[in-house]
Amino acid sequence: MTLFEPLTSMLQSGEAHFEPFLPGLILLLPLLGFVLNGFLALRSAAGSSRALREGGEWDPFKTEPRPATHTLPSLIGPGVMLGAFVLALINFFGAMGADLHDPVIRSYWSWIATDTLQIDAAIQLDPLSLVMMLVITGVGLLIHVFSVGYMRDDPGYPRYFAYLNLFVFFMLALVMGANYPVMFVGWEGVGLCSYLLIGFWFSDREKSDAGKKAFIVNRIGDFGFLLAMFYLFTAFGTLDFQPIMEGAPDQLTYGSGLVTTIALLFLLGAAGKSAQIPLYVWLPDAMAGPTPVSALIHAATMVTAGVYLVARSSVLFALSPVAQATVAGVGVVTALFAATIALKQYDIKKVLAYSTVSQLGYMFLGVGVGAYAAGVFHLVTHAFFKALLFLGSGAVIHSMHHALHHTHKDWDAQDMRNMGGLRRFMPITWATMWIATLAIAGVWPFAGFFSKDEIIWAAGAWAGAESNPYGGLYTVYWVLALTAALLTAFYMTRMMVMTFHGQNRTGESEAEHLHEAPRVMTVPLMILAVLSVFGGWINVPEDLSASFFGLFGALPMSEWLHHWLEPVIHSAAEIQTEHMGEISHHAPFGGGEVMWAAVSTVLALAVVLVSSRALGGRSVKVAVEDGEPTAGLGRILYNKWYVDELYDRIIVQPVLGLSRWCWRFVDSVLIDGTVNFVANFTRLTGWLSSLFQTGQVNLYAFVLALGALLVLGAAVF
Amino acid sequence: MLTEALFVSTLLFVIGSFGFVIRRNAIIMFLCIELQLNAVNLAFVAISRFVGIEGQLYVFFVMTVAAAEAAVGLAIIISIFRHYETVNVDNFNLLKW
Repeated sequence: MTLFEPLTSMLQSGEAHFEPFLPGLILLLPLLGFVLNGFLALRSAAGSSRALREGGEWDPFKTEPRPATHTLPSLIGPGVMLGAFVLALINFFGAMGADLHDPVIRSYWSWIATDTLQIDAAIQLDPLSLVMMLVITGVGLLIHVFSVGYMRDDPGYPRYFAYLNLFVFFMLALVMGANYPVMFVGWEGVGLCSYLLIGFWFSDREKSDAGKKAFIVNRIGDFGFLLAMFYLFTAFGTLDFQPIMEGAPDQLTYGSGLVTTIALLFLLGAAGKSAQIPLYVWLPDAMAGPTPVSALIHAATMVTAGVYLVARSSVLFALSPVAQATVAGVGVVTALFAATIALKQYDIKKVLAYSTVSQLGYMFLGVGVGAYAAGVFHLVTHAFFKALLFLGSGAVIHSMHHALHHTHKDWDAQDMRNMGGLRRFMPITWATMWIATLAIAGVWPFAGFFSKDEIIWAAGAWAGAESNPYGGLYTVYWVLALTAALLTAFYMTRMMVMTFHGQNRTGESEAEHLHEAPRVMTVPLMILAVLSVFGGWINVPEDLSASFFGLFGALPMSEWLHHWLEPVIHSAAEIQTEHMGEISHHAPFGGGEVMWAAVSTVLALAVVLVSSRALGGRSVKVAVEDGEPTAGLGRILYNKWYVDELYDRIIVQPVLGLSRWCWRFVDSVLIDGTVNFVANFTRLTGWLSSLFQTGQVNLYAFVLALGALLVLGAAVF
Repeated sequence: MLTEALFVSTLLFVIGSFGFVIRRNAIIMFLCIELQLNAVNLAFVAISRFVGIEGQLYVFFVMTVAAAEAAVGLAIIISIFRHYETVNVDNFNLLKW
């Protein structure tokens, strides 16, 4: 206890006024990085196009030392992130001892000013945005550092860091904006950067297509976001967070159609960005981008924007029980669905992608059952362990790629069937990834245990709330969430066993070139591993902290995050308590929080142990010898429930058909036909009248006289 | 008196018009135009007796213009003749679409 005393006292919120320290600079630093790196990228592009014009080929790695365009980004990219992270930390610690019941809003200039609509370019510092800023800049910094090693030999090195910095700028704008339009700018901006980075290797058709898919699927969600903003504006006349969240309980009726519509439209937007059913299909394809991008954008930060949106709009969701049930339902079904697909994938990044979709589903379940703090908590811990898993897989792919490249073997460097036994070659990656695996599987005392268990518990407790109209439904959600948790433990163990254990299948001459990643890559892994172990301690639930799981009260920050987020979510919690009553202290089938925590961690650990034993003994065929599963559930899961095919059949093909019809009929026949008819008709009449122009002056005179007579006759009669 | 004068005028004009339409010789056609102009002159003079002196004034204008037109027209005909060695207008049909 005494060990943590200074920390604990620091965390007690005092009443001092919070004075932010250069908050605008946190945003500007990544933007500066984008400008500088972008300039270097243009220089390097100009160099390569000059070389191409002169008939040669440009290789930045031939000149020794490397050109400045390929060395400076290593300093600029992570450098601006370090600056932003330090500033975020200063602000965070400044806010810790202060009273933050009202958000601190810094308004820079008036962005849109009309009679009825006033929108400022303003940023907001409150507990939620501060937590998000820390995650984005902190995890972002580690991933930038990792990228220095991972992307070292890529010709597009400066361009990569330019995009990555730009992404961080937009992501910070998303979480720091003080109103929906500023958030929307960040929302669209991260979508753009996601597109640019998925299609980073754009000369590969498949990869640039994946970028387009992500962009287009996200547009569907953005459409919902926009409509929700329009509805909010008609209801409130403003789009600033603070007046809306304060005014909503009085101005909107509980459970009314309007608030349900707004919340559901926001859910559509969130489902697009956060890859939830039915808009999740872009995320697995997004793995076409470089692996650190998958870690930063498609695991730790951007895809959690939807969760942030729901937590930010918590009051609106709390006012609509239907929308809440939908959010939770979408979340839990996605969690289970994606987990089943992950069971049968062989691409290491695809497994992690579906795992991300599944974990995002948990976050949605959390914010859907009114446990906003739990949802944000899982967001934070997930950022740690999933970034670690992706970076670890990046290290594995890096090593595999080098080994296969060395002997010019054209095997897939990402296929787990080609790996096996990597533990011997990459001990640090192996150890850190196992920590992350135990964390995501929910094994005590790793970070994921506390966050995931709290969400599942919240679902069960919410089902038992005194006057919850959908108690039975939430009980189903609770069961599904538990099932998905067991599947998580299984597919993650399968991934680890196939990658790191058993016989090495890479081939003998290749295995000689397998190597541990350089320090610049392993250090971020180790830092993230530490966070994956201890990250869960920031929010040990009250019931657990007194038990064995909280070391009988010795863990220092019991329910800290919950208290920290209190100012943001307290009005939503009040609405919920008023209408739903107190949440239950028992799971649907009896048992308290401690008991179910014990059950889930024991089960998760058992699944990990049993499956690692069972899978470890099985021999795996390398990818080229292994055919696709031909029958049964395995085939369906391998083909991802044929959802892509289904969407292709019911959406893509009809749209293509419609487009073809528009082209072949509307455009070619109707529009071109009309224009051509007018032209042809004019030509015909012109040709006919031109027959009169013979060049014979006598005929002209005759016609002239005839005309004169006609006019004369008409005048006389 | 007026009736007879206008009758002669009309007769001259119609002869001129028909001549212009049916003849192919450029010189003849040119003379037909002169015939039409002079038919109009005759009408002017005849009517001026009842209406006023302006009619006779106009005749001078018409004659002046006719003289100028005769100079230009004959020059064109001579130029064409030098080129084609004929004044048959059937041969001059290039000015069309």
